[in-house]
Parts: sequence; C-alpha cells; structure tokens
Amino acid sequence: MIPELGQFALVVAFVIALTQGIMPLAGAARGNAVWMSVARPAAFGQFAFISIAFSVLTYAFATNDFSVQYVASNSNTALPLAYRIAGVWGGHEGSLLLWALVLTLWMIAVSLFSRSLPEDMVARVLGVMGLVAAGFLAFMLFTSNPFDRLLPAPPDGRDLNPLLQDLGMVLHPPTLYMGYVGFSVAFAFAIAALISGQLDAAWARWSRPWTTVAWVFLTLGNALGSWWAYYELGWGGWWFWDPVENSSFMPWLVGTALIHSLAVTDKRGSFRNWSVLLAILTFALSLLGTFLVRSGVLTSVHAFTSDPRRGVFMLAFLVLVIGGSLALFAWRASHVGASASGRFEPVSRESMLLTNNVLLVVATGTVLLGTLYPLAVDALGLGKISVGPPYFEAVFVPVIAPALFLMGVGPIARWKKASLPEIAVRLRWALGVSLIIALLLPFALGQWSAPVGFGLALAAWIVTTSSISLWERVKHATTGASVWTRLTGTSRAFYGMVLAHVGVAVMIIGVTLVKGYGSEKDVRIEPGDTTALAGYTFLLRDISNVSGPNYLATRATVEVTRNGASVATLYPEKRRYRTQENPMTEAAIDAGFTRDLYVTLGDQVNRTAWVMRVQHKPFVNWIWGGSLLMALGGLLAASDRRYRVAARAPREAQYAAPARGPQVTPVLEVKA
Amino acid sequence: MQTRMIAFVLLLAFGLAGGALAKEAAPASDDPVLERRVMALAGQLRCLQCQNQSIAESNAPLAVDIRNEIREQMRRGLGEREIINFMVARYGDFVLLQPPFNATTMLLWLGPALLLMAGLIGLFYRLLRWRATAEVQLSEADDARTAQLLQFGSGKERL
Repeated sequence: MIPELGQFALVVAFVIALTQGIMPLAGAARGNAVWMSVARPAAFGQFAFISIAFSVLTYAFATNDFSVQYVASNSNTALPLAYRIAGVWGGHEGSLLLWALVLTLWMIAVSLFSRSLPEDMVARVLGVMGLVAAGFLAFMLFTSNPFDRLLPAPPDGRDLNPLLQDLGMVLHPPTLYMGYVGFSVAFAFAIAALISGQLDAAWARWSRPWTTVAWVFLTLGNALGSWWAYYELGWGGWWFWDPVENSSFMPWLVGTALIHSLAVTDKRGSFRNWSVLLAILTFALSLLGTFLVRSGVLTSVHAFTSDPRRGVFMLAFLVLVIGGSLALFAWRASHVGASASGRFEPVSRESMLLTNNVLLVVATGTVLLGTLYPLAVDALGLGKISVGPPYFEAVFVPVIAPALFLMGVGPIARWKKASLPEIAVRLRWALGVSLIIALLLPFALGQWSAPVGFGLALAAWIVTTSSISLWERVKHATTGASVWTRLTGTSRAFYGMVLAHVGVAVMIIGVTLVKGYGSEKDVRIEPGDTTALAGYTFLLRDISNVSGPNYLATRATVEVTRNGASVATLYPEKRRYRTQENPMTEAAIDAGFTRDLYVTLGDQVNRTAWVMRVQHKPFVNWIWGGSLLMALGGLLAASDRRYRVAARAPREAQYAAPARGPQVTPVLEVKA
Repeated sequence: MQTRMIAFVLLLAFGLAGGALAKEAAPASDDPVLERRVMALAGQLRCLQCQNQSIAESNAPLAVDIRNEIREQMRRGLGEREIINFMVARYGDFVLLQPPFNATTMLLWLGPALLLMAGLIGLFYRLLRWRATAEVQLSEADDARTAQLLQFGSGKERL
C-alpha cells in the first residue's frame, strides 16, 4: 500500500509540474499577475510531493520491501542500512527520482531568494523549470517507475553492485546532481531572458550566483567521483576518460566558460548572446550526460539499464529541450542581445576571456567528439572502435594548455583596451620565475622531463600571475591606508577568483607530479617478507580471513616503515560478495600531503605466497585539494556583496517607476 | 640496494613474528624488465570483457590470457608493432584504446583541429566585427551627444 502512495505522489507532482510550466509562463506573457503568482506555491507543492515519493522509496529500501521491483534489483537484506539508503539512487529509476528531487530543491531556492526580482522574471524562470520537471516526471511515470511491483515478492534482493557499496555512493551522486540540475536555473534564466527580451546586465547579475553555485557543486561532484574511483577501483588511476566521466566533465567545462562570460556581461554588458548560448549549452550537456549515463547507450560501470523505450523517450526530450531552446535563441537573440555591446579592442580583458571561452568550448567539443564517435561509428554499421585515454590526452591537452596560460594574463589585462607591452612588463617576473621553476624543480624532485617541466611551468605561471594581480589590487586600492583595510576592502569575488585559479594550479601540480614521479611494484610476497619502494618498506605481517556484513574477505596486514620509523599499518582486502561472483579489490591507502601509499592485494600464487602491488603516488591528493580550492573560490565569489546589493536595486527601481497599482508590472519587450 | 640493506637491518633489529627472518619479496614476475614492457603494451589495449578498462588494469580471465599471450610473443622476440597487429587481426580495431587513423576515424582525429580552427576564425571575425560595429554605434552616440552638448552650450550662451 505504501509504495502506491509514492506512486500517487509522483502523479500529483507531475500535474503540479505541468501547471507550474504553463500558468506562470502564460501569465507573464499576458500580464496576468494571478497566473504568475502560481509559480511559487507550485514549486513548494512539487517539492512536497516529490519528497513524499522519495521518502516512500527510501522507506521501501530501509524495510527491505522486495515486492517493489526496484528495491529487489538494488538491495539485499544483508546490505548495511547506509548503503540501502544510498541504494535509492543506485539504479536508473531512483536516480531519476533524485534528479527530480534536486530540481525541486533548486526551485525552492529560486522561490526563496528571488524576492528582489521582478515577478514576471520569477514566473518565467520557475515556469521553465516546471516544464523540465514535467518532462522528467513523465519519463519516470511512463517508462521508469520506481514503484513498480514485483509479485510475488522474492525472499531477498539481488543486492547493490559491490562497487557502489561505498561512502562515495552516498556522497557523489547527490553532489553531482546538485551541479547538473543546478544549471537548469541558469538555463531557465536564459530562456526567461529570451522570452521577455530582458537580456541585460541585470539579467547577468541575477544569473551569476546561481550559475556559480551550480558550478561549485559540479566541481565537488566530479572531484568526489574521481577520488572514489581512485580508491575503490583498485588500480590507483584517478581519471579514465570514461564516457560517464566525460558526461559530467563536459557541462563543467562549458559551465566554466559560462561563469566567465557572465562576468563580462555583468560588468561590461558585452557577450550577452554568447552567455545565453553557453547557458543553453551547459544545461543541454547536463541533459545529454543524464541521457548517456541513464539510457544505457554506453557500456560502462555506470550504465545500469538497457531499454530502448527509455532511450527513445530521452532522445525525444533532449531534442525538444535543446532544439526548442536553440530555435528560440535563433529567433530572439538578434532582437534582444545585439544592441549596445560594450566596445573593446582585440587586446583587452574581454578579448582574452572570449578566447578562453572559445578554447573551453573547443575542448568540450573534442571530448564530445571522442565520447560520441564510437557510438556513431557503431550505429552507422562501420564496425566497433574504442576511443580511450591516449586519444583524449593527445587532443585535450593542446587545446586546454593555451587556456591555462591565458588564465594568468586575463586578470592582469585592462578592460576595453590593454597593451601587450605593458602586460609583458607587469608579468616579466612571473614568466621568469615560472621558467626557472620549470627548469630546476624537476631536478630536485628526481629527473627532468618535458611534461613535468611544462606542467610545473603552467602551475607556477598561474600562481605567480595571481599573486601579481592580488598585489596590484592591494597597491592600487583607494580605500584605506593600511594594507589590512585594503585587503578587507577588496571584494570577495576577486578573492574567489584568485582562490579558484590557484586551485587549478594546485590540481595541475598534482596531475603532473603523480604522472611524472609515481612508481609501483608488483611482488610475490609471503607473510614475513618485505618489499621496498620510494624509501618506504612494506612488511606483510600476516594474511587472515574476515567476514563482513555481506561478503567474505582475505585481509592482509601490511606494516609500513620509513628509516625504521613506523608510518602506517594498512589492510588491503580481496572481497567476495555473497550475491556476486567477481572478487573485489579493496585497496588500502595511507594518504598524505605529499604522497599516498597505495597497496592492493592480488591473487594467491601458492599455499603461502600472494601477489601484492605497492604504489607510491606523490602529490596525488593535490588533484582533489585543487578541486576543493576551486569550489571554495566559487563559494566565495557567489557570496559577494554585489549580488545582494544589486539584487535589491531593480525592485526599487520598479517601485520608483510609475506603477499601475500595487500589482506587478509585466516587463515586455524591454530591450527589443 | 641500500634501502634493501637498511630494511633488512631494521627488520632484524625490530625482530619479527615467530622469530623468522624477513626476506625481500621476489618480484611478481621472473623478468621485471620484460614485465614492464608487457604492461606498457597491455595498457594500450582494451579489455574486451570488462567495462572500459585496459588489459593492464583488468584481472578478468581474458585480460590475463592476453597478457600471457603478449609475454609469450615478446619472449619469442616479436616487436610491439607485430604484437599489436596480431591483436587487431584477432579482435579488430575495438581492442585499440588509441584508435588508428583511417577512413572511418579521419573525422575523429582531424575533428579537434577543425573545431579549433573554426573557433579561432570565428573569434577573430567577431573581435574585428565587434570593434567595427561598436565604433559606428559609438560615433552615432557621439553625434547625438555632441548635438546635445552644442544645444546646451548655445542655450547657455543665450542666457
């Protein structure tokens, strides 16, 4: 009975979503304040009913209700409660429900934090989000119902994929979806701007914090996914150019471009059409990512489902959303966006940001090409090919490297018109220091090689140029005399930018050093034996059998010492889950600021000996540390005063304008 | 060698469970140099049984077989190229993580360069055009402003 309640809640949510998608948009178009006012209550209603549905499914998992098909396929009585709850989004249907729940969370956020926005803008934004929600709910109700019954109920479930039984599964999908779905807000703002014709600096200022926060979540989601793959998959890689990873990397790349483009639109009024196009593209790639992962067109650990009906529905939805919004863009953009773009010279901060944008979009295009190409070749019957890491590394790095170089120059350059000789003078120290670091530091770390030198040069360049821009900002600040007042007078947005850019540098250092100086060793080891790697000694103390809640494991006890001092005791395992046949490798990691020690247990060779792999991974944690800095930078920027102050301004202006009574003035064709 | 000695001495000093002497574990393979070559090559091949793993990374039975096959062929003195050709003949282009350059994959390999060129051409075009249109617009605005200023100016003169 209870699962049917969830089903019913979904149906109600669908009806509300349709209402939310139609009435406020129609109201905004006709200037009907009553219809527009439906938007906020509808958003809350949707949130309430989808929360009910989500709770019902969670309850079914918690109570092992295997009469629900989805629970039976993704859970098991022996599964610990935390993973049973994470199992809610462990499969196709549940992750769609999570998608919808997250979408309503963003709707609520928009409803709450949009009090200063014109009513018609809010109505349009929530209306567009309502239409997106309606699409997803329809998809769930018609092809992927999480509450479908399985009668008679099996005595036990099939269990969650052992790879997913991990803390990463609890954290990674919700964070990633917060990012993916968060871009729907930027998308809705862009569509609202196209419809209303109100595509101006105020629009950019409203969209910016939303876009930045979504980007922060996507950054964290990707970092969590990478970190999870690193410790869970057992061979110590951190990025595999897997189609599923690419699916969430592409919206991140375009989202990064969008953040920078919106900054220009906000501050200078330029790039309006470009910002709108990027907002559409970012959300389109988020949808494409969901489609690629969820439709089962990819063969990878993440694709749990293969059902052509679902694929066709998703494809149709994708074509409708992307095609529709691009058509709207083609129709409206020239009317609303072209006028009075701020003037700037071919050498200026604007032009550099635009170049960076183009490079980021081209980089996204190459990733998209590599991800979809094998699918296209297969679909056309031209055979099967693989596009793996060697391809992506070969094509991605040359495109992104100039963008990373420009990251150092852009913040230094003046708006409107910059002078290259002047920039060169201001950055000469940064260039010198970067080159010296690139030439000398690799020798100190081991041996010099071109990729290491190149990576370190880029990282040093970003750090030194960021320092120069910070220093110049403080030097030229007009407020206050003391350094402290100048520092505190500088905006959070600026610090956010510096922090995020330094985060990129930190990440480059991690990537470069772990690739350049990482080492590993496979040994045949017996209890009591030792092996040495990178100055560490690994002693296999013993091997024992342990039994987990739903698996049996062989666990090695490995004592790590360095120059006689104890460093860590590690317990790598080889697990055999009861419901699944394949043994799982559970790596043991001693994490550190400058290095990780990564130990995995291989096969048993004879009665006493085992194969063991030990890996030394210098600075690997800087990869995720850098991502964390980027996310913190984004948060700092999103919390800048200008959004709170500026957000209030339009409302006041509106009241100041001759208003037709207390009701809302529909803003139609303002710019056209 | 030195670390090995140090480790040996230290382990002696600390004493081991059961009093047994620790010995340095043997490499998993009899020929570590060969093994490195095998794994380097295996890293370029896709494990056909698994989900997006290379032959080097996977422990699936087929991956282990292929690694043995590569090892065997390397022992017989075959070069990397020959072994890769053998694998492609047996499993098709699908086995290569780095797709070959041929008629089917031409667009894949040239695509990024084409995209970059298109992007840069579009960029230069826009930069130059924006500059031109902005100048025209600005001069119009300037005209209006000049006219306005002149009006005000003449007004003041009249006052």
